[in-house]
Amino acid sequence: MAEAHPVGFQWVMEAKARGAKVIHVDPRFTRTSALADSYVPIRAGSDIAFLGGIVNYVLSNGLEFRDYVVHYTNAATIVSDDYQDTEDLDGLFSGFDPESRTYEPKSWQYADAERDGEQRQDHEMQRETASALQHETHGISVEGNPPRDETLQHPRCVFQILKRHYARYTPEMVARTCGVSEEQFLEVCRAWTENSNRERTTALVYSVGWTQHSVGVQYIRTGAILQLLLGNMGRPGGGIMALRGHASIQGSTDIPTLFNILPGYLPMPNAEQHQSLQQWIDSVRHPGAKGFWANAGAYGINLLKAYFGDAATPENDFCFDLLPKITGDHGTYRTVMDMIDGKVKGYFLLGQNPAVGSAHGRAQRLGMANLDWLVVRDLFEIESATFWKTSPEVATGEIVPEECRTEVFLLPAASHVEKEGTFTQTQRMLQWRDKAVEPPGDCRSELWFFYHLGRMVRERYAGSTLERDRPILDLAWDYPTHGPLEEPSAEAVLKEINGYEVATGRPLSTFNEMKDDGSTLGGCWIYTGVYQDGVNQAARRKPASEQSYVAPEWGWAWPANRRMLYNRASADPDGRPWSDRKAYVWWDPDRGEAGEWTGPDVPDFERTKPPTYRPPDGADGVAGLAGDDPFIMQGDGKGALYVPQGLIDGPLPTHYEPVESPFRNPLYGQQGNPTRKEYDREDNPMNPAPSKAHTDVYPFVFTTSRLTEHHTAGGMSRYVARLAELQPEMFIEVSPELAAERELEHGGWATIVTARSAIEARVLVTERLTPLRVDGRVVHQVWLPYHWGEGGLVTGDSANDLIGISLDPNVLIQESKVGTCDVRPGRRPQGAELRRFVMEYHDRAGLDAEPANPIVTAGPMQDGDRDPAKGSKEEGTS
Amino acid sequence: MTSLFQRNDLWGPLDPAEEAGYGEDRPKRKGFFTDTSICIGCKACEVACKEWNDVPATHFEMLGSSYDNSHSLNANQWRHVAFIEQPKRLGQQDTGLRETVDLGMPTMRPEASETEKPDFRWLMSSDVCKHCTHAACLDVCPTGALMRSEFGTVVVQDDVCNGCGYCVPACPYGVIDRRHGPDGDKNVGIAQKCTLCYDRLDAGQTPACAQACPTQSIQYGDVEELRERANQRVAALHEAGIMDARLYGNDPEDGVGGTGAFFLLLDEPEVYGFPPDPVVTTKDLPQMFRRAGAAAGVMLAAAALSFLGGRR
Repeated sequence: MAEAHPVGFQWVMEAKARGAKVIHVDPRFTRTSALADSYVPIRAGSDIAFLGGIVNYVLSNGLEFRDYVVHYTNAATIVSDDYQDTEDLDGLFSGFDPESRTYEPKSWQYADAERDGEQRQDHEMQRETASALQHETHGISVEGNPPRDETLQHPRCVFQILKRHYARYTPEMVARTCGVSEEQFLEVCRAWTENSNRERTTALVYSVGWTQHSVGVQYIRTGAILQLLLGNMGRPGGGIMALRGHASIQGSTDIPTLFNILPGYLPMPNAEQHQSLQQWIDSVRHPGAKGFWANAGAYGINLLKAYFGDAATPENDFCFDLLPKITGDHGTYRTVMDMIDGKVKGYFLLGQNPAVGSAHGRAQRLGMANLDWLVVRDLFEIESATFWKTSPEVATGEIVPEECRTEVFLLPAASHVEKEGTFTQTQRMLQWRDKAVEPPGDCRSELWFFYHLGRMVRERYAGSTLERDRPILDLAWDYPTHGPLEEPSAEAVLKEINGYEVATGRPLSTFNEMKDDGSTLGGCWIYTGVYQDGVNQAARRKPASEQSYVAPEWGWAWPANRRMLYNRASADPDGRPWSDRKAYVWWDPDRGEAGEWTGPDVPDFERTKPPTYRPPDGADGVAGLAGDDPFIMQGDGKGALYVPQGLIDGPLPTHYEPVESPFRNPLYGQQGNPTRKEYDREDNPMNPAPSKAHTDVYPFVFTTSRLTEHHTAGGMSRYVARLAELQPEMFIEVSPELAAERELEHGGWATIVTARSAIEARVLVTERLTPLRVDGRVVHQVWLPYHWGEGGLVTGDSANDLIGISLDPNVLIQESKVGTCDVRPGRRPQGAELRRFVMEYHDRAGLDAEPANPIVTAGPMQDGDRDPAKGSKEEGTS
Repeated sequence: MTSLFQRNDLWGPLDPAEEAGYGEDRPKRKGFFTDTSICIGCKACEVACKEWNDVPATHFEMLGSSYDNSHSLNANQWRHVAFIEQPKRLGQQDTGLRETVDLGMPTMRPEASETEKPDFRWLMSSDVCKHCTHAACLDVCPTGALMRSEFGTVVVQDDVCNGCGYCVPACPYGVIDRRHGPDGDKNVGIAQKCTLCYDRLDAGQTPACAQACPTQSIQYGDVEELRERANQRVAALHEAGIMDARLYGNDPEDGVGGTGAFFLLLDEPEVYGFPPDPVVTTKDLPQMFRRAGAAAGVMLAAAALSFLGGRR
């Protein structure tokens, strides 16, 4: 966090000054570790084993926050008779089909609810469209009242299933899998549990290092299970903080730059499943289900009204037919491969440098070299604009500048100080930025670019009577502009996002004012309120000293300016704070007519629904939630320890080895995530992993991340002298032990090799890297920053050239935080020799001779398969 | 008889701005307290300093000394963050490093056993001009380019400096330096160092580095108040078991009369590249003057004698 989020880290330091204990778990000792109370080195890719071990510690010692768990989570809910766990099936859940590598999730459902409509075919399609992302805020759909056992004794209640599922995640198993000593692991367990109760809460902070795994969603799920068990959700000082990768990555999921969702987490309609507006809306709101998504119709229709304005009427389903529809996987990696295959003609890149910053750099560049045209808007002439003349593939002869067919349009972009708008940060807080200076020369804002591009495209189509041109011609595209450059008004866009009454223009105050009859419009329902009363609420800057510690008048947070989600959970079932020290939102029976929820934050609950409220039989929607159901976006109002729907790879997080790993999964026969998304292609080879032979060809584990001094793919730092000089060269961090073993010289050069490519880097030998003892033998981990390319003031090879494409099935995010590699002293071969060098490794690893790594490996246990003493020469004594 | 120099003119406690002749209405002495125990090594201070003061970035070479690639304080580096990887323990910190690994092979460090955890810590510290109470650079400057500001800080006036370089060896910390570079580049040949952002102070602003520091490792304020704060911080760290914590430059009785920019360190000053016991290089000036005067007198007398002798 200090490394990649130094500004946010000030709050950690402030907490530490007030006595908080800071524990840092990371494959390498970083600037964060330097200031933590405790640093825990861990093998990259083993986090579920580590967290699962803590879950097991909590459950086997009875340390859960019992009152919280019983009332606020689905621990008591009873699951279908047919459910079988990874315990029973060697690492698979019930319903698995080895052919499609997907689950039929019927047996995962709550008891008496197995008739739910989700099918295996759904899962296959959901994997293609990264459905978990589409349903990011949707939660579980629950109808009726699934049976519960609040004593938590029923053998099929979630609590007992959880207990059995994690029973084998013992401290010994954690040590064996993660390379963490039992002693230190137990220290973490004690620190976490002792600091989680009525009086105290523990915060969990993670970053991109958790998301970029073939089982990344389940990493975060494990964190969620732990925080729910310990009563750390919806309470001050608790929670799970996702540190995002850029200033407004949260904003670019809320108002997405993704293929499968629309603003406010409305799913992108699917050509097959959503033939009508009603079908699309019903797929979000699940008629009959409980919770806040019951109003999805209004949100969807307001979005369509914002897109299509007067053209959107109840008679034409508010132009639903004009929305683009998806038919499957149109994700960024699929698109890159389609580019290689010649299926994509044109590509826009805005503030993105995939030639350096995306996994499998060679595939990225070969793809871009096979387009008709490419538009790059950036601050500098980045590698994604120069790949046709400067990339490593030019040196290898794979791209010939004279023959490269792609026409590149490089357009200069305005920087964040040269344009106005909002950033939405990880706490969902929008903060308005003013323009400090005019952009120089031809540099323009994204808003300017898209507005005028749209305007000019519409001018070209004007007068067309073709049906296919309606989506462009019917767009409401009339933003006011100002100044000599005709810059569109960012505030006008913010007002449209907020929503307003069509007839009067009055901005809406909350999304509850959204109507499904076309009388209101709004571009992103969760942002409604940011322009309340016609005031730009995101621009508020009231100092902390002049308001409560929650600081509700600094910027604006969605939804409804709530600073903490699910904060009803900060009070006990009767509505009283769990403790005075942790009071946040509580029920005050003397407020209003018959009592109200109150506190320093906006209550995340119906303000006048008393804690004693119980839904009448058959109630659905919001009325179906009881007065002690704090997780209001979940169908049952409960925090989901167990997830019957919504995830492709199982209802409970399970340790699977990374796709590229030197180790056989110590916990199950199933080696890796069985449902992961794979692209088995010649241009995307993966290093061999057990149970295949030759894993010793790529014996080391590598992970990549950022340095404080650089900005991701370097487009904003390598071209700026005062930043570039701070970390001027690509390097690799290795432990003294590995340096000795491989004769790597501090300050010298090393070559790092994977099945995709080989790169070179200067060697930094440091004790901040440590070999670990895993599964009875020593494994070396190396670390690489990924900021360099061939452009800019400081140049170097890109670590992303090493990484293959293998994706999490839920959200289609690549596994780029762990892989295997070889490291040898000296510089890499140059020119055409580079490919030959990489292919020699292929030969040694048998990559071309043998089929790809088997994915489904669960089955009857073979003797010795998972016995460390037999599989290695050294004895496992840790 | 009155000496040419008063006590405390060249060493000992003193309000430097008062001594420089600023009147009663002068502002309180300003300075930095750099608390290295909370420095995260982000180098925002280096960048903010260069941006505000238009200091060039010209050194694009990896040094291999941990994450430090800016080497030292010099004409182009008015803030410098040091990174020190050490086989020592930080207070009660549990590093978890190598506690379970016995490779059974020769290593570059003392062999780690399973019961004995090897110690490791990573220190970071942002260095800067000390703005000495008794600043030798200022004392030796023949042109008056180096001057004492009303804030008690030491500032170079680029347009007055003639590049003689006397100040460079005079500084006991090796801070001040003449800028190297091609003729015609900004201030080449001119002595350069931190001004404590004199222009920002003039406008009631915080110096750029302190403004940019995310963790308040660099604190700017009245020196008197900062010294108090520093003492409290050391006490708090001692209480937390970090017994290595100590202050550097806060003592008005030290060799430079205390510094306007002082530090909380977690090890001996040498570890960070600070001189352990800096003394203002002009401290012995009076004595040197007296001796030089005496020597001159003797020489004059000898010369006179030789003339007298010559008349014989």
